[in-house]
Amino acid sequence: MLTLENLHLEQDGWALDADLTVSKGTKTALIGPSGAGKSSLLNAIAGFLPPARGRILWQGHDLGPLPPGARPVSILFQDNNLFPHLTAEQNVGLGLRPSLRLTAEERARVAEALERTGLASLSERKPAQLSGGQQSRVALARALLRARPLLLLDEPFAALGPALRAEMLDLVARITEETGATLLMVSHDPGDARRIADTTIVVAEGTAHPPAPTTDLFADPPPALAAYLGEA
Amino acid sequence: MKLPILAAGLLAMMLGTAAQADEKPTLTVYTYDSFASKWGPGPAVKTAFEKTCGCTLNFVTAGDGAALLSRLKLEGKRTRADVVIGLDTALTADAEKTGLFAKHGDLPALDLPVKWTDPTFVPFDWGWFAFVYDKAKVKEVPKSFEDLAKSKLKIVIEDPRSSTPGLGLLLWVQKAYGDKAPEIWKELADNIVTVTPGWSEAYNMFLKGEADMVLSYTTSPAYHMVEEKDDGKAAADFTEGNYAEVEVAGRIAGSKHPKLADEFMHFITTEAFQKEIPTTNWMYPVIKLSKPLPKGFDMYKPEKTLLYPAAEVPKVKDKALAAWRDALSK
Amino acid sequence: MARRAEQVGGPPGRVLGGAVALGLAALILGTLGAVAWRAAWGAQADGAGGPLLGPADWAALRFTLVQAGASALISVALAVPVARALARRRFPGRRALIALMGAPFILPVIVAVLGLLSVFGRGGIVNAALAALGLPAFSIYGLQGVLIGNVFFNLPLATRLILQGWQAIPAERFRLAAALDFSSAEVAKQIEWPMLREVAPGAALAIFLICLTSFPIALTLGGGPRSTTLELAIYQAFRFDFDLGRAAVLAALQFAVSGVAALIALRLALPQASAAGLDRAVERWDARSPLLRTLDTATIALAALFLILPLAVILAQGLPTLTHLPGIVWTSALTSLCVALGSAVIAAGAALALALAITGSRRPRLFEGAGMLPLAASPLVLGTGLFLIVNPWIDPAALALPVTALVNALLALPFGLRALVPALREIEAAHGRLADALSLTGFARLRLLILPRLRGPMGFTLGLSAALSMGDLGVITLFAAPGEGTLPLQLYRLMGAYRMNEAAGAALLLLVLSFGLFWLFDRGGRADADA
Repeated sequence: MLTLENLHLEQDGWALDADLTVSKGTKTALIGPSGAGKSSLLNAIAGFLPPARGRILWQGHDLGPLPPGARPVSILFQDNNLFPHLTAEQNVGLGLRPSLRLTAEERARVAEALERTGLASLSERKPAQLSGGQQSRVALARALLRARPLLLLDEPFAALGPALRAEMLDLVARITEETGATLLMVSHDPGDARRIADTTIVVAEGTAHPPAPTTDLFADPPPALAAYLGEA
Repeated sequence: MKLPILAAGLLAMMLGTAAQADEKPTLTVYTYDSFASKWGPGPAVKTAFEKTCGCTLNFVTAGDGAALLSRLKLEGKRTRADVVIGLDTALTADAEKTGLFAKHGDLPALDLPVKWTDPTFVPFDWGWFAFVYDKAKVKEVPKSFEDLAKSKLKIVIEDPRSSTPGLGLLLWVQKAYGDKAPEIWKELADNIVTVTPGWSEAYNMFLKGEADMVLSYTTSPAYHMVEEKDDGKAAADFTEGNYAEVEVAGRIAGSKHPKLADEFMHFITTEAFQKEIPTTNWMYPVIKLSKPLPKGFDMYKPEKTLLYPAAEVPKVKDKALAAWRDALSK
Repeated sequence: MARRAEQVGGPPGRVLGGAVALGLAALILGTLGAVAWRAAWGAQADGAGGPLLGPADWAALRFTLVQAGASALISVALAVPVARALARRRFPGRRALIALMGAPFILPVIVAVLGLLSVFGRGGIVNAALAALGLPAFSIYGLQGVLIGNVFFNLPLATRLILQGWQAIPAERFRLAAALDFSSAEVAKQIEWPMLREVAPGAALAIFLICLTSFPIALTLGGGPRSTTLELAIYQAFRFDFDLGRAAVLAALQFAVSGVAALIALRLALPQASAAGLDRAVERWDARSPLLRTLDTATIALAALFLILPLAVILAQGLPTLTHLPGIVWTSALTSLCVALGSAVIAAGAALALALAITGSRRPRLFEGAGMLPLAASPLVLGTGLFLIVNPWIDPAALALPVTALVNALLALPFGLRALVPALREIEAAHGRLADALSLTGFARLRLLILPRLRGPMGFTLGLSAALSMGDLGVITLFAAPGEGTLPLQLYRLMGAYRMNEAAGAALLLLVLSFGLFWLFDRGGRADADA
């Protein structure tokens, strides 16, 4: 269970409060207007933005003292998820060992992750030689391999077309089910949320509201969500 | 990786220097760089001396005579030198004041343009400063500094603050003109193309045609004659006289090998050493050699030789420098 | 960004960087201290007195400031259009020209001056052309000559440093500018000017300091003692007056001037906010007008001509004797190569440690200041101080080569920093978060992220320090040259022995070797750059 306990984030005149829990193994979408603080919330959980007040707990353990890499978290950013000078295989391998000194067994696992994300034949390519969708797959293959309990997606597929994005979301769903990970994903598109998210957190007007079942939420949107969806 | 190879190389070089110290005693001789270079008298002198001394002769070099003296002063009594060779008459008074040098023994009959009375330093070669020119280009050769100043000839000279010939020229004008020296410099100012840090720059610029004349030595044309079979260069004799430079050696009083050092000091004025001087240092030997000097050495013999007694140099050089700088800074 | 402090330099990085900074300060201030201490100790013995600084020294200070300031401003002002033209044009030979930019900076002064005189001197190409046209002759000797000389040496350096700034601008920004239909002027204002605000003051400062602490160009081309710089005054104090106290005071004055200049430059430099991007080949949409194209072509052609002509003369004069140089020249060339490689390794290692500390520290100014110290040091005082420190313990002659490698590494370090620090900042901005998220820390981060992404600037640093060290004469003459000595020393010996033709061959060899080293490293750093 992920607990945001009286969490207060502040940055250059902008602020966000969150006091909520997310159940283990669920897939949750973060939805709300641009600038509301969805990305910042993920950054706080990943350890890039220290909270002004409050705590972030995973299974009852405070994540506060942990540096980003030590948190039970995999995060995919909007861009720069790959090192441009390393091959797809190396980029994935980093998920197992940041030193890239892999054993034969580990290399086999990397190959398997590439295989399962449909990248087997592209393992030697560098990111610039890959399409946008393929780049996303590489990042996902790494997340799959790291198998951290929390997977945070900060709109990594925003640049992809609808069909490709749907494909990626399905891949994400498959990965979280396989690894039993808890998914938190920022999205602009209600369709994305409806497609894979069990629950949705509405982030608006300085507050991240507790997660509610996605279907219920969209059936009867609260005012903040309605405003965002343009239905008010 | 290259690192280990490189480290090994550097280490080997350091050890190489250290390994020279074998069974035989080592006589350490401080000298200026060009003396010990392949083209200087150093290598031949080393071979000749080692034949008889049962020792190893080790040259330690500094840039030039003034750098040599600076180094000695920095080292003081801790100096590793047994003998210093390569100071000149513009420096000996300062060198004497360090108290590092021992008196020399008896000298043979010397062939110098001045009488040698210095009890500490032994001359090893000498020459006259002179303006060198290309005979094909300079038709009306100036006969004095006044002539030169009146002419339209362009000259390149060396800076007395960083060069031995530069200091020589400063003393030359001072000795020849005394209180009138500042005026001479003022009149020369429009002839001077530029002032270089050292002799090499100046002479190179002259050869490239940047100036009609360059401050060098009367023996410079001899080099071109002997080595390049070119007799187109000449040196100008000045009626007020040409300033001389006498290069000297001295023995360090605290030397750990006083006998060897004395032997070397004696060796300096022998034929075996002196015969190397003309075609390596391109200066005159201090004794009469059994063979005649190479072609060109007797072409320019100024009638009058100017030279400050060593002890007077420190008294005049500061004032002369100030006048030089004022005149040329306008 | 305080967060970076924990991750980037990590403890090993910061400790190493701190050690390098301390070492630099100790070495440079320590050598000055040693000279001052020896002066105080010697003064009691000699009873030297009198005012320490006279009117001539103040005149030297004035002239030094004028020539160094003007040289820095002109070099940078000219380098901006050249770098800009090089950044936005692709043409055959572009790589070679950029590589050639390293050549003048690494030439021994005397060789460069003689090359310049063949073009601008009384008997040079320019005056021959003027005479043919019936125009009055141009005299290089004077302030104009000092400036031409300094610009010849430093324009290429400034161009390289500024070009690096240009190439560090992510391609995405130019794409964005194109999408927004920016004109060339708007690109200049929004993208290029902020970059220049960050890069140009540092480049100007570096050149100012180089010109501050040298004298042969100023003296030779300046036409006489009115072109006396502080360093020449220090020289005089050492060898004409043997007044170490005066030398120390003048060196301290030089430090003070450098310090003030550094403060001004850092004030002017505005670090720009970095944005990230994948490094695809930079394409420019704003510079397609024929006018700009012509302007860039002319700029590049003029700069190339100015740089290449003197080098071509050196080549032409050296070729006839290059093949039959005496064996000793070749052995000393080998020695010089070893020294140069040693120097390159030291410089690159130290610069990297310091750069990591700068980008990782909360007080980067402190480390940056330490990194600039070597430029403010008087080479003569540095060498003499080292001599004084070493002499009681070890025969300095035994240390001549290692010390030459070390001192040249020091002198190259500031330039390495100028290239490494912005690149490092860019890497951290683009990939720092991802690396943090993956626990990529310590040496793994260095090996897998930083070094591969830093290849270009590291290659430049290695190449520059190797080449600088190849051409240096300074320290070795103070420490006495062992055996065959180094190649520059051999070159001077040839000249000192009237052998100007062979010296020209040796000069060409030196140029080829220095440049070859620079090219190899620099090229190696840029080869296989990720598409």
